Amino acid sequence: MDFNHSEDRQMLADTLGRYLQQRYPIDVRNTISGSDEGWSREHWAALAELGVVGALFGEDTGGFGGTGFDVAAVFEQLGRALVVEPFLGTLMAGRALAKAGGQEALLGEVIAGTTLLAFAHEEPQSRYDLADVETRATRAGDGWALSGHKAVVLQIEAADRILVSARVAGQPGEEAGIGLFLVDKTGATLRGYPMIDGGRGGELALDNTPATLITEDGYPLIEETVSAGIVALAWEAVGVMDVLKASTLDYLRTRKQFGVPIGKFQALQHRMATVALEIEQARSAAINAADALDKDRHIRERAVSAAKYTIGKVGTLAAEESIQMHGGIGMTWELPLSHFAKRLTMIGHQLGDDDHHIGRYIALGRAA
Amino acid sequence: MDLRFSPEEEAFREEVRTFLKEKLPARIADKVRTGKRLTKADMVEWHGLLNERGWYANHWPKDYGGPGWSVAQAAIFDVESALAHAPRIVPFGVSMLGPVLIKYGSQAQKDYWLPRILDGTDWWCQGYSEPGAGSDLASLKTAAVRDGDHYVVNGQKTWTTLGQYADMIFCLVRTSTEGKKQEGISFLLIDMKTPGVEVRPIILLDGEHEVNEVFFTDVRVPVENLVGEENKGWTYAKYLLTYERAGLAGVGGSMAAFDHLKEIARSQRKGGRPLAEDPLFAARLARLEIDLENMKTTNLRVLAASGSGGSAPLEMSAMLKIRGTEIRQEITSLTRRALGPYAQPFVSEALDEGFNGDPIGPDYAAPVAADYFNNRKLSIFGGSNEVQREIITKAMLEL
Repeated sequence: MDFNHSEDRQMLADTLGRYLQQRYPIDVRNTISGSDEGWSREHWAALAELGVVGALFGEDTGGFGGTGFDVAAVFEQLGRALVVEPFLGTLMAGRALAKAGGQEALLGEVIAGTTLLAFAHEEPQSRYDLADVETRATRAGDGWALSGHKAVVLQIEAADRILVSARVAGQPGEEAGIGLFLVDKTGATLRGYPMIDGGRGGELALDNTPATLITEDGYPLIEETVSAGIVALAWEAVGVMDVLKASTLDYLRTRKQFGVPIGKFQALQHRMATVALEIEQARSAAINAADALDKDRHIRERAVSAAKYTIGKVGTLAAEESIQMHGGIGMTWELPLSHFAKRLTMIGHQLGDDDHHIGRYIALGRAA
Repeated sequence: MDLRFSPEEEAFREEVRTFLKEKLPARIADKVRTGKRLTKADMVEWHGLLNERGWYANHWPKDYGGPGWSVAQAAIFDVESALAHAPRIVPFGVSMLGPVLIKYGSQAQKDYWLPRILDGTDWWCQGYSEPGAGSDLASLKTAAVRDGDHYVVNGQKTWTTLGQYADMIFCLVRTSTEGKKQEGISFLLIDMKTPGVEVRPIILLDGEHEVNEVFFTDVRVPVENLVGEENKGWTYAKYLLTYERAGLAGVGGSMAAFDHLKEIARSQRKGGRPLAEDPLFAARLARLEIDLENMKTTNLRVLAASGSGGSAPLEMSAMLKIRGTEIRQEITSLTRRALGPYAQPFVSEALDEGFNGDPIGPDYAAPVAADYFNNRKLSIFGGSNEVQREIITKAMLEL
C-alpha cells in the first residue's frame, strides 16, 4: 500500500505548485479573476507548456496521464492557488471527446494550449440531474442544428469549441437519446458574467445553431466525464481546505486577545480539531474517488457520489469555521482566506451538492 | 399561561400594518424584498417617516419623544415591519447612543443631541472595536489626553459600520492606564469633520463597502462631549451593548427571510417536483422552521421577563443572540443551496436601483450567494457567539 503519488506525478505537482506560487500569487489571481476576460491566456499557455493540460489526458490521445490520480495531482495544486483558468471544462469536454474517439487532432491542439474547450451540459431546470436534457438536436442538411439553453457554463467565453449535450430522441429525464455535439463559439450566442468566487461563466443560447455530431449515445460519456469532473473538484477542494487550515492555524497561533494567543482557548482548539479531522475524511473521500475513476461504472459512481457528498458537507464546515475563527478579518476582501472560503462554498454548487449526491449514493446502492 | 396577545395588542398590530401599508414607500420595500442595496437617502427617508409618526425612537421613554410602547408592542412592530419589508432602523444613534444619553448624559447633552438624532440631523456611527481589541474589547488603546478644554484623541477604530455616512461617532477611549483595564475607559462623542479624523473603507468578501477603519490623529474634542464621568465609560458601554434586547434575536427579519426561502423552494424543481417536496430539502426546511418557531417563543419569554420590571438575565440575551444569528445564517445557507448552480453568477450592478439587465437564472437569484457570505458576520459581531457562550456558562456556573 502506498498513499504517495508516483514520482512522475509528484514531480509535475511540484513543478505546477512552484509555478503558481511564484507567478500566480493571490493578488495576481484576484486581478485575473476580476478582469473583463476572467482568465489569463498567458498563464494558460505557460501551464500547457509545463504539461499541466497533457497530464489530464491519456497517452492514446497525446497526453501522458488521464488517470484519477493524475487529475488529483493537478487539481489539488490548482485549488491551493485558486486558479480560475478553464481546466475543469477542458478536462470534462476533452475527456468525453477522447472517449468518443476520432478527435486526436483537436485534442492535440487542446493539449498544446492553443484550443480551449467548455462543457455545456446543465440546463436551467436540470438541477444536477444528468439526464434532464431539454435541448433538442435536429438534422440540418449534412449536419445538425441545436436549440435550447445551457446554464452556468464555466469559462464558456474562453472556449473556442463547446461540447454540448442535446436530445436526438426521447424525453427529458431519459438517459437514452442524449447526443453530444461540438459547437463553434463563433456560431453561438453567449451571455457571460462574473462568478461570486472569481472567474466567469455564461449562459449558452442555442437557436438552430449549427453543430457537429460526436455521438448519438452520449449519456455514458457524460456520466463518466462528470465523474472525472467531480474527482477534479474534490481535489481542488482538498487543496483549498489545506490552505484554509494553514491560515486558520496561523491565526490561532498569532492573534492575541486577553493577553494570550486565541489558540489557547479550548473552545477554539476543539473546533479546529474537528475541522482538521473532517478535512482528513474529505481527503480520504477524494482518494477513494480518484482510485475508482478507472473502475467499473457502479464502483466509480458510488465512490464519486460519496466524495462529492463529503466535500460538500465538509467544505461548508471548513469555509464557515475558518471565517468564524478569524473573526472580522475573515470577512474581508483583503484577506486571501475569504476568497478560498468562497471558492470552497461554490464547489458545492458544481456538479451536484451534498443532498443530490447522498440521494444518488442511496439510489446506486439500491440498484446493486 | 396564555400565549395570546391581548385584544389591545392585536389592535395595535392592525395599526402598525395600516401605517406600513400607507407610509412605507413601495420603492424601498421592493428593494428590501429583492435584496437590493439601500442608499443613505433610502434609510434617512424611512427614519423620517417613522419619526413623523413618533415611532422612530420606539424604545425611548415618552418624556424624550418615545411612543411609550410595552415590550409586546415593540416586538409586534419589529415583526410587522420586517414582514412588510421595511428597512431595519439603523441602530447607532437612535437605539444605541440615545438610551445611553438618556440614562447617563448631562441635561445639556440630552437637549442638544437627542432632537438631532430624532430629526436625522446627525448620522451616528460606533467607535468600539480596534484592530487589537475585538472580543477583548476592554483592551482598547485609542487614547484621549486632557489638554485644557479639550481631549486630544489618537488611535484607530475598526469595523465602523456605515461610518462613511456618519456626521458623528461615539467612541470608547482610554483616559487612564492605571488599575484594571475596564476602569480607564471613557465615552466620548466626536465630530467626524474634526481635523485629524480619517475614514478608510474596508471591502468585505462580497465586495461591499459596509464597514470602515477610522483613524484619529491629534483630534481635539471639546470636554463637554464626554458622556458621564471620566473612566466610567465601560459601564455605559455595557449598558449600550445589552440595551436592545428586542433586536438581538432578529425574529422578524428571520420570519420574512424564511417565507422568502419557502417561496424559492416551491418554485425550484428537483427531479420533476418542487424542491420543497424533496425529502432531504424538506427535512432541512422543517428543522429550520421548528427552530424558528421555538425562537419566537423564547424571544417573547425574554421580552416578557424584562417587561415585568425585572430585567432579563444576561444569559438569556446571549442565548437569543446565538440562536437568532444561527437561524438567520441557516436561512441564508438554505436559500443559497436552493438555487443550485445559479448561486454562482454574481453581477454586482444587478443589486443597484434602476438596473435593467435580464436576471441570470431565476429573478430572485442575484443577491443570494452574496447575502449568505455577508451574513457570516452575524456570528462574529455584537460580541462573537463564542463570547456569548462564555457569558452563558459564566452566569450559570458561578465558578
